[in-house]
Amino acid sequence: MFDFLKGPVQVFQDFIILSGRALGNVFRSPHYVDDILIQMDTIGVGSLLIVMFIGLFSGLIMGSQMARALATYGAQGQIGPIVSITLIRELGPVLVALLVAGRNASGIASELGSMKVTEQIDAMRALGTDPIQKLVTPRLIATAVTLPLLTIIADFIGLIGGYMVANLKFDIRFSQYFTPAWQILEYNDVVQGLVKPFSFAIIVALVGCFYGMRTTGGTEGVGRSVTKAVVVSSIWIFVVTFFIGQIFINL
Amino acid sequence: MAEDSTVVRFEDVSVSFGDTKALDHVSFEMRAGDSRVILGASGSGKTTLLKTALGLVKADSGRLYVFGEDVTNLKESGWFDIRAKMGVLFQEGGLFDSMTIAENVAYPLLNQRVLSRSLQNQDGNVDYKVREALRFVELEQTLDKYPSELSGGMRRRVGIARAIVTEPPLLLYDSPTAGLDPITANTIVNLILKERDLRNAASILVTHRPQDGHLMANFRYNPSSGQIEAAPQNGEQPVKTEFFVMKEGRLVFAGPQRELKASQDSYVKKFAK
Repeated sequence: MFDFLKGPVQVFQDFIILSGRALGNVFRSPHYVDDILIQMDTIGVGSLLIVMFIGLFSGLIMGSQMARALATYGAQGQIGPIVSITLIRELGPVLVALLVAGRNASGIASELGSMKVTEQIDAMRALGTDPIQKLVTPRLIATAVTLPLLTIIADFIGLIGGYMVANLKFDIRFSQYFTPAWQILEYNDVVQGLVKPFSFAIIVALVGCFYGMRTTGGTEGVGRSVTKAVVVSSIWIFVVTFFIGQIFINL
Repeated sequence: MAEDSTVVRFEDVSVSFGDTKALDHVSFEMRAGDSRVILGASGSGKTTLLKTALGLVKADSGRLYVFGEDVTNLKESGWFDIRAKMGVLFQEGGLFDSMTIAENVAYPLLNQRVLSRSLQNQDGNVDYKVREALRFVELEQTLDKYPSELSGGMRRRVGIARAIVTEPPLLLYDSPTAGLDPITANTIVNLILKERDLRNAASILVTHRPQDGHLMANFRYNPSSGQIEAAPQNGEQPVKTEFFVMKEGRLVFAGPQRELKASQDSYVKKFAK
């Protein structure tokens, strides 16, 4: 009767097994430090410019849109706190994670998928290496380290973007903008703003690796895996940000 | 319990992927120095048979012994030490795109625990072995190139170099000649013969080409002349070569070449040249 659930449950179970092994390997040698550094460079340094770009523009957009609403109450002075809270709690982590999902979950899925269809993953196992240890764990560690850092950078540049609007349009001075923006932040907000990108990093890396590693059906299959990796990781980012948000609201 | 001299022994092994049976109650065994030529249509389970012997695919039922050890329920971590004694050439070559040819060939030496331990503190040794293996396949000049810079036949030869660099007692070749022109294909089979006869390695060759089987059964490498020559037909054959024909996961024929040629089965006949 519930046969239609078999497929998705099986996929989810496989995903949990892969995740368990990948996370377990973080504390188990051998560690492929070179691979971790290469991935940090690809995922972290490679995403830096575009992350700065979207950080800046989200600050600019939020500043100018909010200012219009705030102006009806004569409360343009509140731009700083509003931009800072929305960016740090929610928008910064989610936007950066979506960007990294588009850029790196796809990259990981296509790289691992091509390796799978050309038998490189089998070759790796046959030649004495655990592909999860060699391929998945380094990508997981690299994403988990770089995504929070990228988010901090995006948040910071976004705040500057908000200030540019506030200053040019409404003549709000530096301290008028940044002092309330800083004061409004509570410990809770900052922790939330870091827990989220860390969790998203785990999702992006594991979903990308998962779909890459189970690619079948040649080059066409690689395309399918990439699409799935991006769609599934994006959906999970939204689901997880909602639940983390709920947890922190109730704290 | 399997005797110690058996290299591989399948006992009633079955493997299925979903509803399709990739291996259907397959049984056979081979000893050191034996050759097996596995023929069959695409999708008949030839590659699955090799992957099962390597532990890359798990048997659903039956028992599997490798080097006299029961490996049926062995965990992945236990397989690594056993695979160190096997060399494998994958159908697609399986070379790592992101590494140079030298790094590819050195990979099993550096990553197989058993081997890397014995090679520790001997940096030059790895380099020497890599060069030696590439010299064997006559590709010493490609050390610093990447797989994408080589032709299909050259990649296959690098795959052979990587398979033999650890001097394993068992070699598995998955369609080494598929998609190659006849001249290159013969070069590849000659290399396989050379490796088999120089070191008495057990070899399993999966192929579509009946000619490959003919070469395996009736030719040998002569170390003094460095040439491949016809094996003497009188008396005992120096190498025991048996032919398998697979159909839909089953071994429908097993026996020497003359029985293969004499077979009346219409499917088996297709593979008897």
